[in-house]
Amino acid sequence: MLEAARCIVYRELLLALRRRSDVATALLFFVIVASLFPLGIGAEPNLLRSIAPGVIWVAALLSSMLSLGRLFAADHADGTLEQMLLGATPLGVVALAKTFAHWLVAGLPLVAIAPLIALQYDLPAALYGVLALSLALGTPVLSMIGAIGAALTLGLRGGGVLLALLVLPLYVPVLIVGAGAVEMAAAGLGAGAQLLLLGAALVLACAFAPWAIAAALRISME
Amino acid sequence: MTASSIRWFWYASPQTFFPLAGTIARWCGLAAALLAAAGLYVGLFIAPTDAQQGEAYRIIFIHVPAAWMSMFLYVVMACWAALGLAFNTRLSGMMASAIAPTGALFTFIALWTGSLWGKPTWGTWWVWDARLTSELILLFLYFGFMALQAAIDDPRRADRAGAVLAIVGVVNVPIIYYSVKWWNTLHQGASVSLTRAPSMAATMLTGMLLMALAFWLYSIAVTMVRVRCIIKEREA
Repeated sequence: MLEAARCIVYRELLLALRRRSDVATALLFFVIVASLFPLGIGAEPNLLRSIAPGVIWVAALLSSMLSLGRLFAADHADGTLEQMLLGATPLGVVALAKTFAHWLVAGLPLVAIAPLIALQYDLPAALYGVLALSLALGTPVLSMIGAIGAALTLGLRGGGVLLALLVLPLYVPVLIVGAGAVEMAAAGLGAGAQLLLLGAALVLACAFAPWAIAAALRISME
Repeated sequence: MTASSIRWFWYASPQTFFPLAGTIARWCGLAAALLAAAGLYVGLFIAPTDAQQGEAYRIIFIHVPAAWMSMFLYVVMACWAALGLAFNTRLSGMMASAIAPTGALFTFIALWTGSLWGKPTWGTWWVWDARLTSELILLFLYFGFMALQAAIDDPRRADRAGAVLAIVGVVNVPIIYYSVKWWNTLHQGASVSLTRAPSMAATMLTGMLLMALAFWLYSIAVTMVRVRCIIKEREA
């Protein structure tokens, strides 16, 4: 079972490596969205500093959502997904492995590049660690919730917009706690509580999301 | 033993449920109209004017029952959805999709009347209060459910996909509520609170409960009418 999961993760990473521009596009989207806010709001440093956590989190959330459409679509189109459904490996494990690979490709680069955006927003250097850690804990949860939506909207017309409508309200708690962690740290109160909550959300999502993704995939493929 | 189990699922078949739904809709609709008339009479003519808020408080006779129903209906919808997934009954999915528009309607009414009440009382149409914000997100969840069902042509797949979404949503609703509440305290400190003084005139409470009961019966009646339409569409 673990071997199968490892194979799926390896395969997904290999596919992502062959289509490098897809990964780069999502990352560029993140950078561009984050750069638009100062242009719209104004470059007053205090204002930028106070909106930075929220803007970076919203941009990360949108960017990870945009790449969700590809999570199952290609495998659905060429019949691989059907074989995965028929295979001996439990579908929950397949779903978890695919989602983990999606996070490695779409979430982890955001964690790495977020301090760069924080630099643009003049966020104190002491907060980079908290920002990266909150994103590292939060983006896998986003990937898992998003994977439920991606599985439900598989092969539907207008899938992309529909996916946003389904998934964005469910992202709200992660956004609040994640941006809250950075804000608490900025206020000098310590981000421990928020980071623990994000960790709890991650554990909860790991436990239950694979079931929901598997159920949704079965419904979409029958 | 077999006889009792047959009776248990007797009305799970759309064909046998169809006439029953018509009867329920008729009586519940009638009772809802009577109770709403009584509740509005108590609320608008008998209940005393509030000492602090003046006449503006009378919106609670619509607002509070609508807010209750909006949350309750989401749970009911998720229950029907879960039943449908567990027992694979056709009727459960139809009930879930019949409840959704009424739930969204009550959520919208609660938000709308809330902002109408907020303007004279707080001086603003909207505040990012925990309850308002989570009610708004609940409205988005209803819209998501309806949009997903509308996007799927095969009604069986629509029912089951909607069921998964409703169950995921119902797990999330308390999490959303508490996270928004927490966010709210983090951002605004002691902001305007909706919690009023617990002392409430007995007539006010009577009016509110009458309206709540009326809204409840209205929801049942409308859901039954809608489920009859769905049965006709799908089974005919």
